[in-house]
Amino acid sequence: MASELDRYEIVIGLEVHTHLKTASKLFSPAPVLYGEEPNHSVHAIDLALPGVLPVLNERVVELAIRLGLAIHGTVNPRSVFARKNYFYPDLPKGYQISQFEDPVVSGGWLEIEVNGKGEGKSASVGNAKTSMRRIGITRAHLEEDAGKSIHDVAIAGRDDSCIDLNRAGVPLLEIVSEPDLRSAQEATAYLRELRAILRYIGVSDADMEKGQFRCDANVSIRPHGSQELGTRTEVKNLNSFSNVEDAIEAEALRQRELIADGGEVVQATMGFDPVRRRTSVQRLKENSDDYRYFPDPDLIPLRIDPAQIEAVRAELPELPGDKRARFESELGLSGYDAGVLTANRGLADFFEQTAKACSAPKAAANWMTRDLLRELKERDVELSEMAITPHILASMIRLIEEGRLTSRNAAQLFPILVSEGGDPEALMIARGLEAVSDSGTIDGFVDAVIAGHSDVVEQIRGGDDKPLNFLMGQVMKASQGKADPGQVRQKLIDKIRG
Amino acid sequence: MSRIESKDLTRMAVLARLALGEDEISSMTRDLEQILGYVATLEGLDTEGVPPTAQGFELATPLRADVPETPIDPELAVANAPARQGTAFLVPKVLEEEG
Repeated sequence: MASELDRYEIVIGLEVHTHLKTASKLFSPAPVLYGEEPNHSVHAIDLALPGVLPVLNERVVELAIRLGLAIHGTVNPRSVFARKNYFYPDLPKGYQISQFEDPVVSGGWLEIEVNGKGEGKSASVGNAKTSMRRIGITRAHLEEDAGKSIHDVAIAGRDDSCIDLNRAGVPLLEIVSEPDLRSAQEATAYLRELRAILRYIGVSDADMEKGQFRCDANVSIRPHGSQELGTRTEVKNLNSFSNVEDAIEAEALRQRELIADGGEVVQATMGFDPVRRRTSVQRLKENSDDYRYFPDPDLIPLRIDPAQIEAVRAELPELPGDKRARFESELGLSGYDAGVLTANRGLADFFEQTAKACSAPKAAANWMTRDLLRELKERDVELSEMAITPHILASMIRLIEEGRLTSRNAAQLFPILVSEGGDPEALMIARGLEAVSDSGTIDGFVDAVIAGHSDVVEQIRGGDDKPLNFLMGQVMKASQGKADPGQVRQKLIDKIRG
Repeated sequence: MSRIESKDLTRMAVLARLALGEDEISSMTRDLEQILGYVATLEGLDTEGVPPTAQGFELATPLRADVPETPIDPELAVANAPARQGTAFLVPKVLEEEG
């Protein structure tokens, strides 16, 4: 059975809807707010009251250009808003303003890191060979979000649904990938990279919990080596990375089993039940959606001047992929560290400023990827909420590099510096944690330990180096962690073997 | 030559959520046939080399600054709704997800 199922590869294309970071809506001046009471941030345009006319938000155009450039796409000089017609209570106009034949951005790509052949769930991540893979992006178009339907019986009652139009008209970019992804892990790698880009360039906060970054997955399977695409299904409304991964795997498995049983995949919209980890058919597409798109007569085609594109390009910050490559090549970081430190712009900037201030990029990377991230995770806070600054971390690293602070004692100071900030040097002195660099004092500790462990010393003289670490530990303990471990080791060897 | 058949009209009625009777379908098919015939006069024009357009004139896209304005009073927003729950509209339960 397993080998039969392994004959197939998964083919995935993703559609991402991301909210744009604007103060007002796409076509109405209502504020974009989250967590408001129902219908507290709506305008007559969002309510589709008679006589209203949509007017495009200029900020949205700039953000769309940014995204287009960041994904190496073509920002089209002319794009057209179209009406997508369907009936649903949270869409009061009876149509959604979207873009159809002429999107604002065509073509593009981003690169993701894949391990091995990109198969198997996170198999041997630690030592697997990683490589970069380019994922095509078909298009990105502007559209307005719909309102929210609340079906919760406790709120809306058994027979009704509540409609809240606060979200109606919030600007979205729908970013459609090519069917270039070959595993659930690649799909989430793509989503993470896309989200990092969106955040770097300030296009979207892309907070999945707030519904600012939503994903639909088109999934099909085909025999390995086949060039043809199988019949695909669309799994809708995946709202977390783990849901995306689980839903794709569940849907691929469903399709494999269907085919193994002699059945065939039918085009359909699927729902995903995260608890049972199963996909199920929501709606068959036999009557293929007929949205009767046509150009919106209320809106003149969007024209973008090449000069504006160039102006936006000039302001575009370094992208995460480029930054990652530069951290590896110029600063000598491992691929892993570079990946972690470029996951968001705040972290990357913090790292870069620290590395510059202490001239020890690898030490800065180590302190950040291990200690700093752990502190943040334990406290469940963002870096920006903490008192530590690049200057503080750099000062601490300099003390270590100068031999004035041992790593062990630095680890004691670090949590205080993270939450309260302050001057690492002053704190070190105040707490009596400065390293003992005076050779005579260390000699005293070493001599005492040698005298107290003559049996172990004999063992080392006999050629067995293993107990050396034990003796080092004893000396470090005697010095209260203030002696430099390298110096201690050398002195022990010299004195025992000397 | 018929440009529209009753099955086209039936399909449009479904998409537009209109419940039409048999007699309505046949009379409307006739009406639409006439309208399409009238518009078909345009087919006599030579449009070779003329790009398709939905707009009769070319203007610069009107834009507005990204400055939020005070939203409508929520009470006013739902004032004309047949049913409401607090400041939310209340509608008959819809289960199937569309769009």
